Amino acid sequence: MYQRDLGATEKGSPGIREMVLNMGPQHPATHGVLRIILKLDGETVVDLDCDIGYLHRGVEKICENRPYTHIEPYFDRLDYVAGVSNNLVYIEAVEKLAGIEVPPRAQYIRVILTELQRIASHLLWLGTHAMDIGAVTIFLYAFREREEVLNIFENYFGARLTTNALRIGGLFYDTYPGFEEQVREFCRIFPERLNEYETILNENRIWLGRTVGVGVLTAEEAKELSVTGPVLRGSGVKWDIRKAFPYEVYDELDWEVPVGENGDTYDRYLVRMEEMRQSRHIILQALDRLPQGPILGKVPKMIRPPVGEVYHSIESPKGELGVYLVSNGTSFPERLRIRPPSQINLQALRKMAIGHMVADVIALIGSIDIVLGEVDR
Amino acid sequence: MVAHRRRNWKQAISRFLLLDLLKGMIVTFKWQAPSKCYTVQYPKVRPRIGERFRGAPRLNRDPETGESLCIACNLCAVACPENLITVTEEVREYLDEASGKVKKKRFLADYLYDTSRCMFCGYCQDVCPTYAIELTQEFELAIYRRRAFAWTWEMLENGIDQPVYTR
Repeated sequence: MYQRDLGATEKGSPGIREMVLNMGPQHPATHGVLRIILKLDGETVVDLDCDIGYLHRGVEKICENRPYTHIEPYFDRLDYVAGVSNNLVYIEAVEKLAGIEVPPRAQYIRVILTELQRIASHLLWLGTHAMDIGAVTIFLYAFREREEVLNIFENYFGARLTTNALRIGGLFYDTYPGFEEQVREFCRIFPERLNEYETILNENRIWLGRTVGVGVLTAEEAKELSVTGPVLRGSGVKWDIRKAFPYEVYDELDWEVPVGENGDTYDRYLVRMEEMRQSRHIILQALDRLPQGPILGKVPKMIRPPVGEVYHSIESPKGELGVYLVSNGTSFPERLRIRPPSQINLQALRKMAIGHMVADVIALIGSIDIVLGEVDR
Repeated sequence: MVAHRRRNWKQAISRFLLLDLLKGMIVTFKWQAPSKCYTVQYPKVRPRIGERFRGAPRLNRDPETGESLCIACNLCAVACPENLITVTEEVREYLDEASGKVKKKRFLADYLYDTSRCMFCGYCQDVCPTYAIELTQEFELAIYRRRAFAWTWEMLENGIDQPVYTR
C-alpha cells in the first residue's frame, strides 16, 4: 500500500529525480519503532508516509478480557514516560461511568502527581529532542531533574515508570513521610535549572537555526488535523482540556495556558518550557491547599458499572488523552477505546515536513513528542 | 520571514561577540566540578531503593513459629491480572491446642509465581489478608535459565541466589 501510495516505481516528472527512502523502524531519532517512508528530491522531502504498528500489543482487546480493577497496569504501558496521566484517564472514566465520588485529598494528590509526571515527560522530551538536533549537553541535565521526580514516584508508589499509581475511588497509598518536603525541594531548585536550559538553548545559534521556521503549522491547519496538546498551543490556539473541561480540582487552581505565535518547532519548545513552569505553579498551589482526610471513597467490592457508555479525556503531557468506555453491566468492559494524542499528532508530520530537509524531519518528530507505545497501543 | 522575527540589535551584537555560545558554556562548566557528580557507581555502590518499591516477590514466614503466613485463600491468584500465581491448597487435620480437639483446616501445599510474566503491579500484596506475599526491594531478577523464572515456594521464601560480582 505504501509503495503504491508513494509511487516507488512511478517515474518522476522530467528533470526531477525522486528517491524513496526508509527511515526506521530502527532509527534512534524516531524514538522507538516508527518507520517513515520519505520521498526525496535531493535532500528535500517531497512526500512522507508513516508506517506504524511495530509495537502493537492489542491493549484495547486485552482490556476487554479483564475486570475493571485489573486494567490499570496496562495503561502504564501506553505512554510509558507518563504513566500517572495514563492511569488517571482510565480511573476517571470508570469513576464517571460508575458514579464513584473521590475524596478531596485524593483529588489534590492526583493533581500533584500528574503535574509532576508532566514535568518528567517534558524533561525527557527536552533531553531527547535537543540531543536529536545536536545539543547533547542538555540531555543529561534534563535527565538529572527527571530523576528527582522519579525518586518521588519510587518513594510514593514503588515504581518509576510503570507506576500503577491510582485506584478506582482514590489512591493506593497515602503520602509517605517527607513527601511534601521532597516535592517542595524539587519545586525550589527547578526554576533555576529551567533557566539554565534556556540559557543554553534559547539564544544558541545552532538551536535557532534548527528550530525557527521549521515545520510551521498554522492555527487552521492544526485544528483541521485535530492535533492537541503543546503542538496545538504552539500554533496559537488556546485549548487545554484542564481549562475547557476541568477534571479533579483544576478549576480551583490558578494558572495560565501558554500559547505560541508562529507554530514552528521553536514555539512548541517555548510552550513546553512554559508548561513546566505552570506545572510547578500548580503543584505548589495544590500542596498549599492539600486537605486532610481519607484517600479512598466508597467503592463497591465488585465494580459493575450500569449499562451505558462514557467518554472521558484529560490533558496528558502529549495532548488530549481520551478513553471511551462501554459497559454492559458486568464486571468486564464491553469495549474500551483509547484516543491516543501521539498518534493523532503524528498525522501532522506530513503537513509539517513537506518542503524541508531530511534532518528537519528528525527535529519535527522530536517536536511532536511521540511515544510509540501510545501510537501503536 | 519567520526566521528573522526574533533578530533584533541586541541579538546581533551577542551573535557577533559569540555571547550566546559563551553563556551556554558557562552553564556547562559550572557543572564540571567532581563534587557535582550525579552518577552512582552501580555494582559497587548500591542505589537507595524506596521503601514501597515493588520488586521481587517474597512469601513471608511467621518470625516466631517459622511457618508460612500464607493461608491458601487464593486471593492473590484471583487479583493477578496476568494469572501467573498458582496456589495449591490441601486440607489437613491438626490438633487445636486451645480446645484440645482435632480440627480440619486449609494449608498451603504449593505456591508458584511466574516472574517472567509479572508486571509488578502490586495487586497481590494489596489483597493479601495476612501480609504473606510481598514485593520486596530486591530488583536484580536476571536469571540464566528460562525455567528458573517460575519461582517455587522455597525460592519465594528464601530468595534466589544472586551472583556476586567482583573485579
